[in-house]
Parts: sequence; C-alpha cells; structure tokens
Amino acid sequence: MKISFVKIIIFSLIIFILIVFWRGLKINNNYDTKSLIGNRISNFKLFEINNEDRYIYEEDLKKNKYTLINFFASWCAPCRAEHKFLLNLLNENKEIKIIGINFKDKKINANNFLKELGNPYDFVGIDTDGKTSILFGIYGIPESILIDSELTVIKKIVGPIGQVQYDDITKLTQ
Amino acid sequence: MLSSVGIGLVILVLILSFLIIYIACLDLKISRQTVEKKIYNLSLFQITFTVLSFFTLIIAFISSDFSLINVYENSHTNKPFFYKIAGTWGSHEGSLLLWVNILVIFSYLFLVFNHTHNKNFRLYTLIFQNILILGFLFFLLLNSNPFSSIYPVPIEGLGLNPILQDPALAIHPPLLYVGFVGCSIYFSAAMASLVSGYSGKLFAISIKTWVKISWCFQTLGIIVGSIWAYYELGWGGFWFWDPVENASLLPWFAITALMHSLIVLEKRNALYSWVIILCLLTFILSVTGTFLVRSGILNSVHTFASDPSRGIYILLFLSFMIFSSLIIFFSKYKKETYNFNLKSREIFILANNWFMAFFLVTVLIGMLYPIFLDVLTSVKISVGPPFFNIVIIPLVVPFMFLMAVGPKFGWIKSKNKIFHKFLILILGAGTINLFIFYFSGKYSLLSNLIFISAIFLILHSLLDLKNFINNRNKLELPRIISHLGFGLLVFFIGINHQFSIEEDFNLKVGEIKKTNTYKISFEEIKIKESKNYKAVIGNFKLTNLKNNLVQNLGPEIRIYSNPETLTYEAAIRTKIHSDLYLTMSNVSRSDYYNIKFQKKPFMIWIWISALMISLGGFVQLTLKKNEN
Repeated sequence: MKISFVKIIIFSLIIFILIVFWRGLKINNNYDTKSLIGNRISNFKLFEINNEDRYIYEEDLKKNKYTLINFFASWCAPCRAEHKFLLNLLNENKEIKIIGINFKDKKINANNFLKELGNPYDFVGIDTDGKTSILFGIYGIPESILIDSELTVIKKIVGPIGQVQYDDITKLTQ
Repeated sequence: MLSSVGIGLVILVLILSFLIIYIACLDLKISRQTVEKKIYNLSLFQITFTVLSFFTLIIAFISSDFSLINVYENSHTNKPFFYKIAGTWGSHEGSLLLWVNILVIFSYLFLVFNHTHNKNFRLYTLIFQNILILGFLFFLLLNSNPFSSIYPVPIEGLGLNPILQDPALAIHPPLLYVGFVGCSIYFSAAMASLVSGYSGKLFAISIKTWVKISWCFQTLGIIVGSIWAYYELGWGGFWFWDPVENASLLPWFAITALMHSLIVLEKRNALYSWVIILCLLTFILSVTGTFLVRSGILNSVHTFASDPSRGIYILLFLSFMIFSSLIIFFSKYKKETYNFNLKSREIFILANNWFMAFFLVTVLIGMLYPIFLDVLTSVKISVGPPFFNIVIIPLVVPFMFLMAVGPKFGWIKSKNKIFHKFLILILGAGTINLFIFYFSGKYSLLSNLIFISAIFLILHSLLDLKNFINNRNKLELPRIISHLGFGLLVFFIGINHQFSIEEDFNLKVGEIKKTNTYKISFEEIKIKESKNYKAVIGNFKLTNLKNNLVQNLGPEIRIYSNPETLTYEAAIRTKIHSDLYLTMSNVSRSDYYNIKFQKKPFMIWIWISALMISLGGFVQLTLKKNEN
C-alpha cells in the first residue's frame, strides 16, 4: 500500500473520531443531582432578566457567605407555594443571599409574578431555553441549590421549599 | 437449567465458527470449483444451534425463569404473554443474541443461495462473516451474557419498561436488526470481493438481493419506530432528530445510495470502488450507531442501562473493522475512470449518491458535534431540529426534481425530447401549489418550493404508473411505488406542517375551553384497574364549532406497577383527513390538568406514503429472477 496524502488524512480523521469516542465513554452523562453535593459550581454566567447587559458569574457569588440558587417560573404552581419561605429567608436569615433563575418563562409573566408575590431575590437571572439550568443539574422546577462562599454545593432541594427544608437551611447556615 | 443450555449452545456456535473459518481456509487452496460439503454441514449446524439458543431465551422469558438475570431484570409474571416474548429482545443482552442470530442466518443463506458464484469469493465471504460472528459471540459471552444465572432465584422479576410495552415497539427492534445486521453480509462480501478479485457486474448480482432485503427492513423499522413515537411519547410529533433516530438514518442514507449505484455497477460495470466503499460504510455506520446507543454516550429514549465496559468492547471491535477494511481496500484499490454522458441515467444515479452523501455528512456532524464538544471542551450543547431543518430541507427540493426526472433517461445516452413535458408538469405543480397557499394563508418561499417539487415528483410518478398499467413493464413498478411514496411523504409532511393546530392549557374537571375551532369540555375522571397498571382516564367532549360534530376522547395517565412508572397515553382519533390528538398530564398539588390538544391533518397519509417507500422494495423482492 502506497502512502499518500489522502490516506493520511482519512486515517488521522478516523483515529481522531475513535479517540473522541473513547474519551466520550468516560464522561458522566448522568444529570444525577445527588452527586452534586460536595461538588463546586463552576463555569457559569447569568444574565439579568430585565437588563441583559448585566450579568453575574462565579466571582460574584464568592462574596456571599451562603447563596441559595432558586429555579422558578411563573407557570409553576409549587413555585408559588414556596415563595413565602423565600421571603422569610430574606427577612430572617442575613447570611444568605438568594439568586433566582427564571426557567423557561416569559419575561412579562415572570415580572408580574414577582410584583404580585414580592421579590426575595438579590439577583434574577434568565434562562429562557433551560440550558443554564442543565449545568446546575436541574430536572424540573422548583429546585434550589445552597452553596457556600467556596461555591461548594451543600444542599440540593428538589421540589418546593416547605417548613422542613426551611429549617434545614437555617441549621446549615448557622 | 435453561442458563446452562443457552450457554452450551452459544459455545457450540463459537466452536463451529472457528471450524468453518479453518476448513474454509483449507478449501481455498484446493482447486475445485465447488465448495467443500463439510462447510455446508457445519453452517447448517451453526444456524440450528444459534436459532435454538434464541428459542431457549424465549422459553426462559415465557416461563418467567428468574434464575436468569436477564429475565429477572426485564420480565414479570404479570406481564402479558406477547410482551414476555418481546422482552427477549427488549434488553441489551437479549438483543445482542438476536444480532448474532441474524449474522448467522444471513451467513448461511448467502452461502446457500449464491451457489452459482465464484468459489473463492464465497469462501472469503464466509470467513469474514464468521470473523464478525466471533467478535460478537465473544462480546456476548464475556460481557453481555443473556444466560447469566442468579442465585438465590428471585421470586418475582422487575418488569419491562412500560413505554416499551407497545405492539409497534415490540416489532421495531427485530425489523431494524434485520436491516442493520443484514448489512454485515455485504460488508463481508465486499471484503471478499477485494481479496478474491471477484468484482464488477457479477459481484453486483451476488449482493443485490441482500442489499434490497436489508434496505426494506431498515426502512420499515425506522417507520415503525416513528409511528411508535407518535402514539406513545405523547408529543404529537413523529420525527425529532433525536440522536438515536439520527444514528438509524446514517446507515439508511448509505444503503439507499448503495442500492442505486449497485444498478450502475450491474448495468454498466462502473463505480465498482464506490460500491465497495458504500458496502463497507453501511455496516460500519450500523455498528457505530450501536456503539453510540449502547455505550450511553447518547442520551435518549433508547438508552439502555449503560455500562462503559460494553462501550469499550464495541469500540475496539469497531476500530478493528474500520482499520482492516480500510487497509484491505487501499491495498487493492485500482483507479477507475468513467465517462458518463450528462443526459444518461448514470449521471442521475450519481447525483442521488451525492445528495445521500450530503445528507449523511450533515446528520453525522449534527450528531457527533455535541459529543466532540463535550469531550474536548466540556461544553454541553444539543443540536436539534432547527439545524437539520435548515440544512436538509432546502436540498430536498432539487433532490426531488432529480428523482422525478432521472428515471426518464436511458442508460448511456438519451435523445428524448422530454423537456416540454417537464415544463408542463412544473406548471401543473405550480398551480396546485397556488391553491394550497390560497387556503393556508401562510407564505414562505421554501415551503412553496417544497410543495412544487413534491407535486412535480408525484405527477411524474403517477404518469409512470399510467404507463406501467399500459405496458406492464414490471421492472419499473418498485421504483415508481417508492418514488411516489417519497413525493407523497414530503407533500403530506408539508401540509401537516402548514395546517396543524396546537393548543396548550390547564383545565379542571367541569371546565370548558374554547379555541378558534373547537370547544373542549372536561367532563369527568375515571379510574381503571388493569392487569399491570392503573389508569386515570379523562373524559373530554370535543365539539367542532364549524359543523357541531361532537367527539369523545379519553387520554390516560397510566401508573405501571412493575417497575413503578408514570406514562401518558395520548387519545388519538384518526380520520382519513386528520388526527385529533389529546394528552393530559397532572399538575402536581392542584386539581388542574395540563391539556395539550392538536389537530394534525393527513397524519394517516404520512404513514401510508412512508410505508409505500418500503413497499416498493418488497415488491422488487417478489419479482422473479428472470423478470429482474
């Protein structure tokens, strides 16, 4: 077999693809959120819902002692239910800052939602297509993640925050 | 007991494969014209034991023998009989046994039915095919043994995933496997052709039936999968450009190109190297698709419980296949020159191949790019319908024009004055298109072009059909059916896309929702107990506001017990002109239900025209040899 330019290209392309496949096997494709606890959140950038020139990223959260990232939407009924607990957190727990991520929602509806029920959030980020939420390992909403100043996840709450979860958060942040 | 019987049979098949390879190698050196009798006998034993091993597994499933891990994990005594059998190929291990079965069956049939062909070519094909069989047998025995036993024997099984408990899905895997694994035989034949030098027209004749068989089954398998998605997944769509659907399309593009260029090889003795490449590519893509699905790299409804060691094995074998075929191909490659006249059928078939290659590359990139990005930069993206729609749909327009015009040209060179006919038909298509847009009220350049080209293809095929009725040239019939099917498919998908209505809202029992055309009233909720699930059935009354026609639809939420899963069953009322599609899902912590209502025109026609495409292939298979 003579060696020619075309053959070299074909072989290297195939070798490249096969190597990528092999590496791909090691990637954890599972968005299982249990394994999230103890991990550090990285690589994210959140845009403000009403002003997309404003954004926050990892460094901004390091300033807070604790941050609760809450995923919500106006169309989600349980989000309504948990809202008063978020407001309580804002009023009674000074260690925590709450970041809201508005999940697959319309801007107007989200704003009305906050106007009607009150705004517990220090910052409201937007995630219209749900991609950012995938990074955080979110299945559905409401979900919340509690992180410390090192950005390590210390608690993950799937479903609405109720009295039990509220007490847990208070305990963890004291 | 069944466990040892199964393993024993598989090991016998393994030994027979080694023996066949050994004796075939010896037979190659003997200058006799016929294949050694022993090889026939060994192959007959091989196929018998393979099929018996599969029946052993089926029996284990029917008798709910939970001493087999595979049965324990995928079956349950309460499961309906039909799904107990379907459970055999519902798991990774069982489907691998089916895979080996098809490899062996094709190997045997190829040996028996091609007795007029060159001896060494047949022997080499047998050798290569048995190497493939060995590869998959080792995989089965070492990594994915369907006969592994479990002790102590569990009293009850875990059950089959409820979304797989559907008639369409029960037959979907076997169809696809005949299609995809059937490609193995002309992969082996192509390698054999390179090694033995048995090339050209005779080679084309030796593999063409097998290409057609696997094409028919692939096409049918993909369609059945799509029908299942429409009825079962409850999104109202039928094609999602899901990574696994894409994985099934890749070999289909290659095989469709192959089926066409094979005709050129047979009639004109040209394009030999290209045909070989397509033969090799089709099976390599089938295995690549299997690798991507089974290793868990791709996430979708098809994901089997993933296991990286499984992936590594398939990947190693895939690399072995790719490199050995490439090395053999390049070492035997001879440059061909051919000179096709621009007005000849060959050119159009070549054009078909270029389009197929383009579609293949597009889908391949769309499928692999997210994996590459994830591996190289850890960025997760998904390439979805917008990409495929933008890149593929515009190209379908010229594709359909060529598809209509191509068969009108003769081989080598045509002098027909057929252009004025084309013009008339284009005008006809344009007029019909105008009517459609008059009613739809939506306008876009691309959809106009799609309609015109689809109607052009349909009109052409109808004219051909008329000619067929006059002159009864059976050779043309399969092509006419398939091409007509494709034209109709694109046409009905276009109509469906233009005229579909979709509404999404929340309702509770007793409430009424009015849309522009329908009044939907939520009458009541019923609970039904069934053998393996409990169902919450909504009773909806739909009134068509135009003609006051009232229909009742009952979408369900099913709670399966083994394993405990929730599924949403759409209520679908199929009529000749449109489908009404209603799904309901519960909104947690409230008495509201989320209702999705869709009216989809001509859905049944989409299925009919898709089935026509594969029907064309089956018709061709029934044509007798002398007619072919």
